[in-house]
Amino acid sequence: MKKFFVVLTLLIFATVALTGCGGGDKTATSDAGNEQEKFKVAFIYVGPVGDAGWTYAHDKGRQYLEKEIPNVKTTFVESVPENMADAERVLEQLVQEGNKVIFATSFGYMDAVIKVAKRHPDVIFMHCSGYKTEKNAGTYFGRDYQARYLAGIVAGKNSKSGDLGYVAAMPIPEVIRGINAYTLGARSVNPNATVKVVWTNTWFDPAKEKEAGKSLIEQGVDVMAQHQDTPGPVQAAADAGKLALGYNSDMRNFAPDAVLTGPVWNWGPYYVEVVKSVMDNTWTNEQYWGPLKDGIIDLGPYGPMVTKDVKDLVASKRQEIIDGRLEVFNGPLKDNAGKERVPAGKVMTDKEMLEFNWFVEGVIGEIPKK
Amino acid sequence: MSDPLIVILFATAVTAGTPLLYAALGEIFTERSGVLNLGVEGMMLVGAVVGYIATLQSQNHWIGVFAAMAAGGLMALIHAVLSITLRANQVVSGLALTIFGTGLSSYMGKSFVGQPVPDQFKPIDIPVLSQLPYIGKIFFSHDALVYLSFVIVAAAWVFIFYTRWGLNLRAVGENPAAADSMGIPVYLTRYSSVIIGGVLAGVGGAYLSLAYAPSWIEHMTAGRGWIAVALVIFAVWHPGKALVGSYIFGGVDSLGFRIQALGEKASFLKDISPFFLQMFPYILTMIVLILITAETKKRRVGTPASLGIPYDREER
Repeated sequence: MKKFFVVLTLLIFATVALTGCGGGDKTATSDAGNEQEKFKVAFIYVGPVGDAGWTYAHDKGRQYLEKEIPNVKTTFVESVPENMADAERVLEQLVQEGNKVIFATSFGYMDAVIKVAKRHPDVIFMHCSGYKTEKNAGTYFGRDYQARYLAGIVAGKNSKSGDLGYVAAMPIPEVIRGINAYTLGARSVNPNATVKVVWTNTWFDPAKEKEAGKSLIEQGVDVMAQHQDTPGPVQAAADAGKLALGYNSDMRNFAPDAVLTGPVWNWGPYYVEVVKSVMDNTWTNEQYWGPLKDGIIDLGPYGPMVTKDVKDLVASKRQEIIDGRLEVFNGPLKDNAGKERVPAGKVMTDKEMLEFNWFVEGVIGEIPKK
Repeated sequence: MSDPLIVILFATAVTAGTPLLYAALGEIFTERSGVLNLGVEGMMLVGAVVGYIATLQSQNHWIGVFAAMAAGGLMALIHAVLSITLRANQVVSGLALTIFGTGLSSYMGKSFVGQPVPDQFKPIDIPVLSQLPYIGKIFFSHDALVYLSFVIVAAAWVFIFYTRWGLNLRAVGENPAAADSMGIPVYLTRYSSVIIGGVLAGVGGAYLSLAYAPSWIEHMTAGRGWIAVALVIFAVWHPGKALVGSYIFGGVDSLGFRIQALGEKASFLKDISPFFLQMFPYILTMIVLILITAETKKRRVGTPASLGIPYDREER
């Protein structure tokens, strides 16, 4: 029996050691000489920096920040679980290490951020995609629906049949908003285009997401879009010789013949702006929802099959959105049951967009009831 | 697209079920010898990442598969040493193996995330057989690893039920003390079965990263190792039933997407919640568990009597 406990203890040590290196919270600091004088900024991530998706995009932002402001020293902690105990512990530790600004890059950190922010009023906290603020805690996110609209234009122009597909993760407003914007974009160039939606109920299962993509292709879809964190749907399209749009980061290397483009996050410039404002004492606890104009979200690089005409059209629409001449959710808008939801001449408010729970005309699919 | 929906559904069930089938076949060997290994998920993940890395380096998917087999086998060896030689608690050791494998695979795959697989498994139509109506499309238009799984099912079936080694294996799982007194090498039998289990789980993982969704993404098995463990019970430790079961388990998931994609055309199926479909395999497993609970039935269906109990020669 004694032996058993020795073995068990050893095993647990080995496990902890290895998971620590792999998925756990191993802090990595970029090395720099005179630490004391540098302005310290920290990031906590929900996934590994190499996920090729969400966290990868945030980490590129962190690297950009360090490059732009040489006096800043950044730290990141990856794969932090979205529960109070872990998130609070990591945040607290980062405060103790002397970080002046802390970016928490996932929705699930919201309550932990608020709790730690109350304890440390001299540290600035920024929480991505949440809605709770404190005197020293603000929120930030990007208007990804504007890029989705442009992606819709590319899809509408490249689809032969007008049957588009969309592999969607969870029926939450963020995803629904993206599907609607994409559909409106596609229908702006092809009024008969329809978007067929399949829900996977997962953010992260490449095999399942690919299977969902295949089920859409069997129904005649010829351009695939996705709101998922893996390239599964893109691969499904590539296998069938169809086209696809990526998401989060440039997914062209997974399927060079299939990927047209895709909405891509670019957090770097915003991180620079926030850190600068904290340094100059001009920071406020605003709730930032960054538009296309700020470059926080945009379309990624195009694949070789996208023609110049399409690129030019997208460029002009993009400019219209930036100038405020084009609003994505501009009335009249009908839902996909034919009921008018936004009257002519009205533009949806931010609050309405943040609570989206219906599909626009042209979407084929249902939002699962709670 | 010209194929009827039912054919597409069954064909998808075969590909979706194949990683489950490999892992379940491996676990059948392991459990038949009386060792419970709950580390399937961890072994699959390590198999997936090692197969992926080996394919990236060698540009050959078969080398990837062999590397995945070796990696799965090595993982299983840890469990074998702990649970057979050191007689540690098999549940604890297996769970630790899963956690260990999850961390290890993330660690190993870190620098490779986002690279496409240079040499993927592509579907090969088997001449003549793939031309058969319905059956051809369902069973004979897949990649080589799917065909290999058919061969392994048949081989495992023959091995377990119709050979002396298979008889020895079952004897060790039923009553290791009696088997030992008959001169059957209990430890050797258990060691080799556990390692075979790891090798097959490794192939199941490699199927995911090289054929099904060719790429490496952390934790890409997403619980399939656990489904495989449930599947072994569902299949009552029989390779043939594991084949049927894995296709049911695999097919149910993709059925949900097909219902959504069909929309109006499948309105009669629309009210089936995807969450119900997700739990459906486990409901089936629980029903089977209930059915085989009675001791006499246990004998008939072949639950290894010494499953989970370490064998100690001294305590005989």
